[in-house]
Amino acid sequence: MTRGAIKNSLFPLLGVAVILVVWQLYTDVFAISRIVLPSPLDIFDACAANWDALLRQSWPTFSESVLGFLLAVVVGIPFAVCVASSRILNLTLYPILIATQSIPKVAIAPIILVWFGLGMQSKLVIAFLVAFFPIVVDTAAGIRATPPALLELARSLRASPLQIFLKIQFPAALPFIFAGAKVAVTLAVIGAVIGEFVGSVSGLGNLLLSANSQLDSALAWAALVWLSALGILLFAAVVVAERIVMPWSDAGHR
Amino acid sequence: MGAATREDICSGALTPRASVPFGHFKDVHQAFAQSGRAPLVAIENITFDLQAGHLVTLLGPSGCGKTTFLKIVGGLLSASSGTIQINGRDVQEPQPDFGVVFQQANLMPWRTVLANVLFPMEILRRADAEAVRAAKQMLTLVGLAGFEHAYPSQLSGGMQQRVALCRALIHKPKLLLMDEPFGALDELTRMEMQDLLLDIRRKTGATVMFVTHSISEAVYISDAIVVFSRRPAVVADYINVDLPYPRASEMRYLPAFTALEHRAGRALGITR
Ligand SMILES: Nc1ncnc2c1ncn2[C@@H]1O[C@H](COP(=O)(O)OP(=O)(O)OP(=O)(O)O)[C@@H](O)[C@H]1O
Ligand SMILES: [Mg+2]
Repeated sequence: MTRGAIKNSLFPLLGVAVILVVWQLYTDVFAISRIVLPSPLDIFDACAANWDALLRQSWPTFSESVLGFLLAVVVGIPFAVCVASSRILNLTLYPILIATQSIPKVAIAPIILVWFGLGMQSKLVIAFLVAFFPIVVDTAAGIRATPPALLELARSLRASPLQIFLKIQFPAALPFIFAGAKVAVTLAVIGAVIGEFVGSVSGLGNLLLSANSQLDSALAWAALVWLSALGILLFAAVVVAERIVMPWSDAGHR
Repeated sequence: MGAATREDICSGALTPRASVPFGHFKDVHQAFAQSGRAPLVAIENITFDLQAGHLVTLLGPSGCGKTTFLKIVGGLLSASSGTIQINGRDVQEPQPDFGVVFQQANLMPWRTVLANVLFPMEILRRADAEAVRAAKQMLTLVGLAGFEHAYPSQLSGGMQQRVALCRALIHKPKLLLMDEPFGALDELTRMEMQDLLLDIRRKTGATVMFVTHSISEAVYISDAIVVFSRRPAVVADYINVDLPYPRASEMRYLPAFTALEHRAGRALGITR
């Protein structure tokens, strides 16, 4: 990490620190009930006291989100390739995709639970469903945005359709694919938690719900903090993957 | 300058193989269909011959159909009518043994300089160790040794255009088609690139068809200039450039040079 990057990450940390201090002072000075709004120190205590439970419950949520996301990548990219390269498939599939996307996932979550049960599969499916759309839309957009001059160059050498796809269209679409993946991975966590809210026996969403029902607000908030940490971690993983897969993307401005 | 020397060149004084033209274009006509209107005639009638080993420039006003004609010669566009022959065979589809350079370098940002140069060899399934060696040699020739593993975004516009030139030449094309390749460069870089092109052509013996807007560029690099008229294009003049080789920048001030510029300007209708 360069000195500039360290400096840049100091500012958000400073922002968070200011919010935490104001929050703590507010709850202390106005003597806010811990049930209504636990203070940052309360939440920290809850994290420390329940770290093993939090860690244990993170695992199902983590694997549901990651597997749902990966499934969306594995299914979504080929789907997008078909849609982007065939007019007929585009006309047939795109309206269906948009129609399904406009159904609120919270509304179909109960149905999916009926189909896939209370276990991990149902959450995985919901995470997959929410992550699928941004991956498909961005991948298709990326393939369509391939510079025409590069396609002409390939044509002048009589490249085969497979060569054109592998050597030009796919790499040209990579920045778009990663943009979609960043959105998708955070959505996947939300999808997994929606599934856990609707019906589950484990996971951070489950923990949050049960802490709430016992009026243990500090623990509920701790689960929330844990969840956002999970989201940030997965987002960061995609960013790292992007840097590895596309080393050229930041080569120009070093 | 003019008819007498023109005859000399056509009779083979500079080109030993001039008897059989390398490229033969006869009555090439191109009209583009327009919805709801009469078709747009880009090229009315283009007829000329291209000698092997020659560098011929197409000079003409903007929008007159130079790019269109170049694409037709490259097989990227099929003409509405006319004969387009290269090496005695009709061109109807893209020819892998041609090289193409566009106004923009059009490098692939995800490939290093070396990998960009090797792209045609990969498509033609000839990217072996020998090709890598040849690519490195070409990059050295254009002054890019040491940049093999840089990405295009790390290069200046002139450097990118040199990479594009290497990429067009790596598979030893019989014909190099260049569409205003130096148009986006500054004057100084442009003159450097002209010398580089002349140098490369001397070393490879490639036949080149080169599109430009610049009269002085056309005179400086060419063996012959085909002047296109305004749309619909016909050949307004065919100018043999009998300046000696090696060309050097001082020649730009010779009376013979300016006389050729003047003639081209007259053909374009900008001087009298
Ligand atoms: N695919 C196309 N469909 C319809 N019209 C076209 C097409 N390609 C070119 N034209 C028209 O043909 C004419 C010649 O275009 P062309 O690009 O060949 O000009 P040019 O001489 O290369 O111009 P410039 O010097 O500005 O690059 C223009 O009027 C253009 O609008
Ligand atoms: Mg043009």
